[in-house]
Amino acid sequence: MVAKPGLDGHDRGARVLARAFRDAGFEVIYTGCHQSPEQIAAAAIQEDADVVGLSCLSGAHRYLFPRVVGLLKGQGADDIVVIGGGIIPEADFPFLYEAGIKAIFTPGAKLDAIVDWIRTNIVPRN
Amino acid sequence: MAETSAEKEQLRRIRAGDVRTASRLIRNLEDGLPEAKSSIKRIFPHTGSAHILGITGSPGAGKSTLFDALISSFRRKEKTVGVLAVDPTSPFTGGAILGDRIRMQRHAEDPGVFVRSLATRGALGGLAKAVGDAVHVMDVMGKEIIMVETVGTGQQEVEIINHSHTVVVVLVPGMGDEIQAIKAGIMEIADIFVINKADRDGASQLAGELTAMLNMVSEFPGGWQPPIIRIGNVFDTGPFGASLEELASAIGDHHRRLVETGLLGDRMRRKNMVEIHEALRDAILEPILRDLIKSGEMEELAGRLLRKESDPYTLAEEVAHRYLR
Repeated sequence: MVAKPGLDGHDRGARVLARAFRDAGFEVIYTGCHQSPEQIAAAAIQEDADVVGLSCLSGAHRYLFPRVVGLLKGQGADDIVVIGGGIIPEADFPFLYEAGIKAIFTPGAKLDAIVDWIRTNIVPRN
Repeated sequence: MAETSAEKEQLRRIRAGDVRTASRLIRNLEDGLPEAKSSIKRIFPHTGSAHILGITGSPGAGKSTLFDALISSFRRKEKTVGVLAVDPTSPFTGGAILGDRIRMQRHAEDPGVFVRSLATRGALGGLAKAVGDAVHVMDVMGKEIIMVETVGTGQQEVEIINHSHTVVVVLVPGMGDEIQAIKAGIMEIADIFVINKADRDGASQLAGELTAMLNMVSEFPGGWQPPIIRIGNVFDTGPFGASLEELASAIGDHHRRLVETGLLGDRMRRKNMVEIHEALRDAILEPILRDLIKSGEMEELAGRLLRKESDPYTLAEEVAHRYLR
């Protein structure tokens, strides 16, 4: 699932990613922009997503990303892997990893590298 | 086969409306896991309470947006809602972009609404193979209305009638000449017609063509003549609000008519026959196909065709003779 949390309407990158995932043979649920962490967590559970990719270009990642992880955990869905991307300073990486974000991709990351990360790290449930 | 406690717990949770358990089961159904099939065996006796509403129409006709507005309308009446939204799978990569949620996300946090996206995964007819079983799961969760959205359809994707009690066909102005309205296929399956984006040019002409088409029908089953409901700009709360309620009440009226006239039984029978048909396909044809592919015989058969040593019918008879005795 690809989601854009918070007050950030720039979803070109998220859409390019969704397309790349499609071409990699994944089923991609795209939720659109301006999603609250609550909406994203609820959608991920309803869709039984394997992985949620959060895109944030607004600078609010330090609040939004951990919040999604926390909500999933609170609903017994901490097996859903959360990764993130966007305009994220490297200085924030340790904080986000600590908060349970499993991978972070910033501008310049190759689409293939993101797809490969998912292929390597997401274990098919069946 | 004795029920394990995990199986009992699964049924209990689904009946209690637990989203996590239900969504996992739907995924396993999509993936065709044998244990998911046994789950359906256990939940099937508890199905049959929901009103199943199918909505179909061409790509971009406004189905998802209409869904969003209908969900709000049903929720105002305190009805619980399940939504199954189908989008197409790529024939090349097997991937899919499921974007129907975008229009419905404002209901994501409402515990009375469960939205699930499904990819067609090669199924024809505008639906996914798991739709029938996913409807069962939502039914047992206690969802009073289950709305099924097909992929954007053309003329022929009529599979939705085999899965729903009430079918809404969404049309938009500018679809072509009047012959389109009398063609077979999707125009025949509507219980309710919606002319969406009716503020655009051509809406009156389309309404006229539909009326003319319906006037040619001498007798409607159960005396139900499909109403034609025009809906304008979704974001215009004035006239749109009224016509949306007209649609919501037409949906309720249609269901009542089905119950009163006994037509509901006919629709259920049709649905049940399709379910048996699909289950037989799974039980008989699929194992044979898997076998042929695994053993490499499929390749060999294709080679014989290529060299014109045989024809498809002779080959099929040979295979059938071997497996079905």
